[in-house]
Amino acid sequence: MKLIVAIIQPFRLEEVKQSLYQAEVQLMTVSEVLGHGRQGGATEVYRGSRETGNLLRKIRLEIAVNDDYAERTVQAIIAGAKTGDLGDGKIFVYNLEECIRIRTEERGPQAIG
Amino acid sequence: MISNANNAWVLLSAALIMFMTVPALGLFYGGLVKKKNVLSLMMQSFICLLVVSLLWVVVGYSLAFSPTELIPGILGDFRWTLLNGISPIDPSPYVVSDPQGPVSHLTFVIFQCMFAVITPAVISGAFAERMKFSAFLMFSVLWLFVVYIPLAHMAWSAHGVFAQRGLMDFAGGTVVEINSGFSALAGALMLGKRRNLKPLPPHDMTYTAIGAAMLWFGWFGFNAGSGLAADGLAASAFVATNTAAAAAGLAWALLDWFLQKKPTLLGAVTGAVAGLVVITPAAGYVSVGGALVLGLVAGAVCFWFVVSLKGRFGYDDSLDAFGVHGVAGVLGTLGVGLFATPFITAPFGMNGGKGFAGVFTGNPGAFGLQLEATVTAILVAFVGTLGVFAVVKATVGLRVTEKEEAMGLDISQHNEKAYTLIE
Repeated sequence: MKLIVAIIQPFRLEEVKQSLYQAEVQLMTVSEVLGHGRQGGATEVYRGSRETGNLLRKIRLEIAVNDDYAERTVQAIIAGAKTGDLGDGKIFVYNLEECIRIRTEERGPQAIG
Repeated sequence: MISNANNAWVLLSAALIMFMTVPALGLFYGGLVKKKNVLSLMMQSFICLLVVSLLWVVVGYSLAFSPTELIPGILGDFRWTLLNGISPIDPSPYVVSDPQGPVSHLTFVIFQCMFAVITPAVISGAFAERMKFSAFLMFSVLWLFVVYIPLAHMAWSAHGVFAQRGLMDFAGGTVVEINSGFSALAGALMLGKRRNLKPLPPHDMTYTAIGAAMLWFGWFGFNAGSGLAADGLAASAFVATNTAAAAAGLAWALLDWFLQKKPTLLGAVTGAVAGLVVITPAAGYVSVGGALVLGLVAGAVCFWFVVSLKGRFGYDDSLDAFGVHGVAGVLGTLGVGLFATPFITAPFGMNGGKGFAGVFTGNPGAFGLQLEATVTAILVAFVGTLGVFAVVKATVGLRVTEKEEAMGLDISQHNEKAYTLIE
């Protein structure tokens, strides 16, 4: 089992969701987060004072999948999130030790999907 | 005989000014600070309404407006303590454009009360995010007596040193605007900068925009009510107020656009407030052309001051109480000496039937008196506030601790927070 964590641009969330649905990945947790990568923070101007290094709004997706779904999930995220510009984000793939569905108390691969 | 028509308008105007303090100013300021300090700003405005309202009816009004005086021309006495002897059917001893139709004396009392309430609330913007609540409370009480009441007496009471000489200050360019601006500056200097001054964006610009719009709305009472009559002069002041605010807001937004690349909402609303400030002393004396010019000048000069000049001084006037109210207050108080025209005030028989004229309408002497009052208001506000701050510093202390400042004033001063994360 893998846990796939992706940090993406907020304005690509809709495309990423559609692309995941097309790849038959139907499960995800989405949160709003702040941060920045190599593109640096934003500069905003308030009453003329230039405020640099503001953290940018990003979206974090967390998706737990069985091993055979990992690559297609990654590809679907890339397909939805990639614009080719700085700030497109990153995908992290972790090994996932255990998964428990609370309702049925099922464990392991059958609990994921 | 009391004019019920005039009375109705001025009572409504008093309510409009109350609305400027709470919620308008609280929203305008509250949106500009960090999430952890929004309640402290709203509380500072609200506590001004509570405390000054009481002080005003107990002794404040009497000291400011009584015709018998402890210090001639500067301070009244205690004859109207607890509004003693003021009957509901007494006409106001103060009239502006309609001497035959005074409002109730009590209407004048509560109308003036709301001016006294909002002025320290405006100042609170300079102290944001670092001042102890107890210190602010003590400041606002002492400051009312040391600074506000003497200035109100000088500019507006029957025997005030400037009122008697024909000072043009329609709705408080000296008493409210220069006063709050320079008191804010003195306070900000005494208080020092916020510790972590890496500026953050306003935590909620929508509050700030809503608050500014409400200020504009309330300002119609502030300015158009100051003629103490529901007459043509009120209409003239209303039009002048709207015109100056629009011109200044547009000027700031356009300067943002040309010089900072984007027109900002914060710029537009800040400019509009500067326009409302500049027209405050002038509203009942200038034509719409004068209002337009004053508005454009205030928008441009306050923009230049806040965006460019302020950074070189290194004081921390957190929310630009000085940069907007102080600077535009000076511009308006001096500007009315230039732009006043008897075309507006003569039809009401004001100033002995001649109306009030400025330099551009053949009264070169007008500017000198406006300048003298401006300098006096600056000195009283600045020196008085330094004195009050020295007393507060020596007793309850001025600033929260470093840790309290980092945690935010909402939690450290009031044990509340504005927003929950879940539910």
